[in-house]
Parts: sequence; structure tokens; C-alpha cells
Amino acid sequence: MIQVNDLTLGYERPVLHRLSFAVRPGEFVGLLGPNGSGKTTLIHALAGLLRPREGQILLNGEPLAALGSRRRARTLAVVPQSTEIRFPFTCLEIVLMGRYPHRRRAFSLTEADLATALWAMRETTTAEFTDRPVTGISGGERQRVIIARALAQEPAVLLLDEATSSLDVRKKVEIFELISRLNREGLTVICALHDLNLAALYCRRLMFLKEGRLLEDGPTEAVFTAATLERVYDTPMEVIMHPGYGRPYALTLPLHPTGVAKAASGGAS
Amino acid sequence: MPEAVTSVTAGGEALARTLARHRRGRRQFAAAVLLLSGALVLSLALAVRLGRLEVGWEAIGAVLLAKLGLAPATVDRTTDVVVWGIRFSRVMLAALVGACLAVAGVVFQGLLLNPLADPFTLGVSTGGAFGVALLVLLGVGGSFWGLSPLPLGALAGALGALGAVLVLSREGGRVRKETLILAGIVVSTFLSALISLIKSLDEESLSAIVFWIMGSFSGRGWVHVGLLLPYALAGVVLLARYARELDILALGEEHSHFLGVAVTRVRLILLVGASLLTAGAVAVSGVIGFVGLVVPHVMRMWLGPAHGRLLLLSGLGGALTLIWADVVARNLLASGQELPVGVVTALLGGPFFFYLLKTRRARGIW
Repeated sequence: MIQVNDLTLGYERPVLHRLSFAVRPGEFVGLLGPNGSGKTTLIHALAGLLRPREGQILLNGEPLAALGSRRRARTLAVVPQSTEIRFPFTCLEIVLMGRYPHRRRAFSLTEADLATALWAMRETTTAEFTDRPVTGISGGERQRVIIARALAQEPAVLLLDEATSSLDVRKKVEIFELISRLNREGLTVICALHDLNLAALYCRRLMFLKEGRLLEDGPTEAVFTAATLERVYDTPMEVIMHPGYGRPYALTLPLHPTGVAKAASGGAS
Repeated sequence: MPEAVTSVTAGGEALARTLARHRRGRRQFAAAVLLLSGALVLSLALAVRLGRLEVGWEAIGAVLLAKLGLAPATVDRTTDVVVWGIRFSRVMLAALVGACLAVAGVVFQGLLLNPLADPFTLGVSTGGAFGVALLVLLGVGGSFWGLSPLPLGALAGALGALGAVLVLSREGGRVRKETLILAGIVVSTFLSALISLIKSLDEESLSAIVFWIMGSFSGRGWVHVGLLLPYALAGVVLLARYARELDILALGEEHSHFLGVAVTRVRLILLVGASLLTAGAVAVSGVIGFVGLVVPHVMRMWLGPAHGRLLLLSGLGGALTLIWADVVARNLLASGQELPVGVVTALLGGPFFFYLLKTRRARGIW
């Protein structure tokens, strides 16, 4: 599906350094790493927004750079980090923009386009905002509208760049459940995220980036270890198996044990 | 689960509801277009009637019928010249220029994500006027294949000024909203000074300088309508083709790329198209400010930001606005002197600019 060969990107100092990996159809890949490790840059490169300085990216065997914009957008949709929209388009108008790569210039909106947009809005529980201006809803609601827009593109690959960072826990989990389900139905997912445990819970494969290099890449159970996490984040970590779900989760440990807030022992002192 | 079944029917109902609303929106738009078109026809007639020399409706009707070849000419030569040669041509030109400036304003605002953008505040208009002034100084004129080179000179000037403004306002790779307009004002002021200088060197009168800097339809006629028309049509056809992309570009560059818009190419086409309209307008009427700022905002508040509709509505609204601004400009002073029409639009546009700066920014939306 996606093949990355020796990808190097950046101006004076490479932001990404000789990355090589492949993503097969139907995978659910989590992209982890500290701030500035190159996660967003990699997502942007995979979306064709940034041209590689060296190496190449193949989408279904074709070089991404040679693909027309509309054709690329029919295969690959992106949900960016945060979204500021200044114009009071209605949420439906925003979601319908996801149909752009499928629509032909001279033809007006079809009933099928509308049906797809409404389906995407129901899937993301944004149907209630259909006629509301996108400038009048909260940041989290707007992010779900943008996810709906990406689904309206009917892509084979969905790239998410910290797409749930601005959402509360419940909405995060809801979005990941939705993406999980779409993934089981065949959608290939690559998501950059900060929440380690959310990644461990939903992603079946994890890639760890640090300073633009691919440090670790493999099935979640194999690579989500205290050793890897400590190396990537330079922070003491512990990884425990959840007794019920059998998924690993990470505990952040203090850098200095003295800095930890102690539980109040025996009332006021 | 019964829930799945209800969600399917809910989907069908939602689709039907949305389709109904979609049709209602289209009817609303059609009604708005009809309303504005009616107002435009009425305004054209009234604007021809209003002027120093009293001309009756019968005379106007007779001239029009004669020109359309429906009736033999019955009015005297003076009336014919006043109604057809002076008034009607001038009103048509004002309508055309107003439409061009308003449509260009829509494009600049959407493309630069800036509510304060308009051909004037971006310095594009003054750039165009400078281009024309330079060509006139160098003695380039005449006509090539029926097209005057003046609008092309204006286009070069307009694009040059736009480029300068974009470079000036870039701070760390980003164009900031306020700096953009600041750069526009700086470039505009500088080029206005250069125009004054050129015109003084050319030993032209003060009124010629004012004509370029404040804009006027004084002494303009059918020649100028013919001059502007090809450029206006080319620009409008170009922009109308990209209305859908304009919607998406209004969300920003990254989003547009992700949705499959060839950002660099489309943005260039749109900027050239909007500059073409501005340049054509400036070449025949000088720098008329604020039409492209006010009209798109009013239309957006009325019927929403979708650009396909906004372009048409703003074109009609711009035509209406400038027809009446010109009526005021030529009838206001008791002495019989004309005001530059740019004075009238600035009197309207200045306070509106202030309002946008104060209220809209506070809410962070348009």
C-alpha cells in the first residue's frame, strides 16, 4: 500500500533521516515519539505536502510525487492537528468538501455525494451540527467534523496527525473505536499521537521516531516495552499488562523520586 | 438490534431533509439573484435619468428604442448625446467596474484568508494605476487587435504590487493578517506618490492626478466600456471555474492540499484572475477603494460564504453600489463640480473597515 524507501527530508539539518518502511493494506499503525521527533513531518510527507529531499514514497506502487492531487486525495485522507476555520461554512458544507476529489468539474452535487457526507457525519456523531456554522462549535466538535470530511473522501488510507489531542477522554475513545471499526472493514490507518496508552490499546503496530530516525518498528506487544519507551522519551517508564484486556499500558515514573506528591498520611500535619 | 434499523431509516430521512433544505437554499439564492438583477435594471434607468440636465423618461425610452433598432430616432442630437453617449455609457461602466472590484474582493479575501483584503487595501489597485501611468508616460498607447495595452500595463503593475505586498508582509514564513494590510497601505501610498510624480513630470493637471488616485468616471464613455469588457469577461470566466476550489482554499493551504486541490497552480490562477479584474477596472476609472471590501462582506452575511454564489451576488452588489456612488459623486455638489467617485466609496468604506477591525476581530470570525 505505502512503501517508503530511504526517505530523507529537511533543509540544513535533516528532520527525517533515511526512513524505510512499508505499510500493508488494513494495518493500524501508531506513530509515537517526543515533540520535534518528526511525526508531523512524516505525516506531511506521506500526504505529499512535503517533497522528500532524498528517497521516495510509493502509494500503491506509484511514486507519490507523480500522482495528481485529486487522484491522491481519492486514496489518502488526512486529519490535521488542529483546525482554525474563519469562514462560517455550515458543517455539512465542510464535510461535502471531502467529495471534491470525486466530483467532476462541470457537474453539480449529486444525491450520492450528499448521502456519503451524511453517512460520514452520522459515523462521527456530528449529524446534529449539519446546518450549524463551523465557526460556532467547539474545538472538539470541529475536529470530529474534519474527521467526517476525511471519511467523505472514501479513502483507502487515513492519516491522522494528533487528531484527537484536543478532545476529552470520552471523545478520544469514541473516535478511536470508530477508526478501529473502519480499520477492521479494510481502512488502512496511520496515526501520529502523544497518548501512549491510547496507542497501545488500539494500534496493532507501532513506530517510534526520535530525532528523525526510526528507532523501533513492530507489533505493539513486541515493541511497547519499558526499555523502548525510556529510550525514546528519556523518561523512566514502566509497562504493565492490563489484567482484563491483555493490552500493555505505560506508567510514567518521576525523574526524581523526591518530586512526587505523596499521599497525605494521617490527616493534617 | 432495532437500533440499526432506525439508524438506517434515520439516514434516509436525514437525506430527504437535507435535500429539501438544499433545494430551499437554491430557491433562496435564485430569489436573491432575481432581486438584485431587478434592482440593477431599475438603478441603471434611474441613474441615467439623474443628472444636471433634466431628461424625461420619454426621451430616455426613445433613445433606447432607437439604439436597439426598434424605433426611428426621434429625439434631438443633444438629448441623444447626453442620454446615450454620456450618461448610459458612464452608468454601464460604473456597473462593470463595481462588479469587477467586488468579485476581485471576494477572491482576495478568500485566498488570503483576510477579512480586510480588497483590491485597494492590498495596494493592487494603486499598482495597476501606476502601471497605466508609466505606460502613458512612455507614450505606449493605441490598440493591438482591438485591445488596448493599458489594462495589460495595469495588470503588470497590479501583480507587481501584490508580489511586493506579499513579500513585505511575510514574517517567518507566514503572512500575518494585520501586516498584510499594513504592507498594502505602505505600497499603495508609495505608488500614489510615484503616480503624482509621473503625472507632474508629464505636466498634467492636478485633476488628472486626482483622477488616478481617487478614481472617477468623469468623461468616460463607450470606448472605456469596450476597453474593460474583454478583461472583465476573461477574469470572471476564469474565477467562476474555480469557485469550488476557492471554498476549499478558504480553509487554508494544508487542508486544500489534503483535499486534492493543486494549491500552487490554482492559487496562482485565482490571483491572476482577480488582478486582471482589478487591472481592467483601474485602467478605465483609476483607484476606487472599498467596493471590494464592503460588498463581499454584506453578501456573505446575507447568504453565507459558499463562493459560487458569493461571486455572482457580489458582482451584482458591486455594480449596484458603484452606480449609486457615481450618481452621488456627480450630483452632490451644488456648484455642478464632480467629486471623484473614490471619495464617495471611501466615505462609505472607511467606517465599515473600522467596524470590521473592531467587532469582527473580537469574535475571531467573519
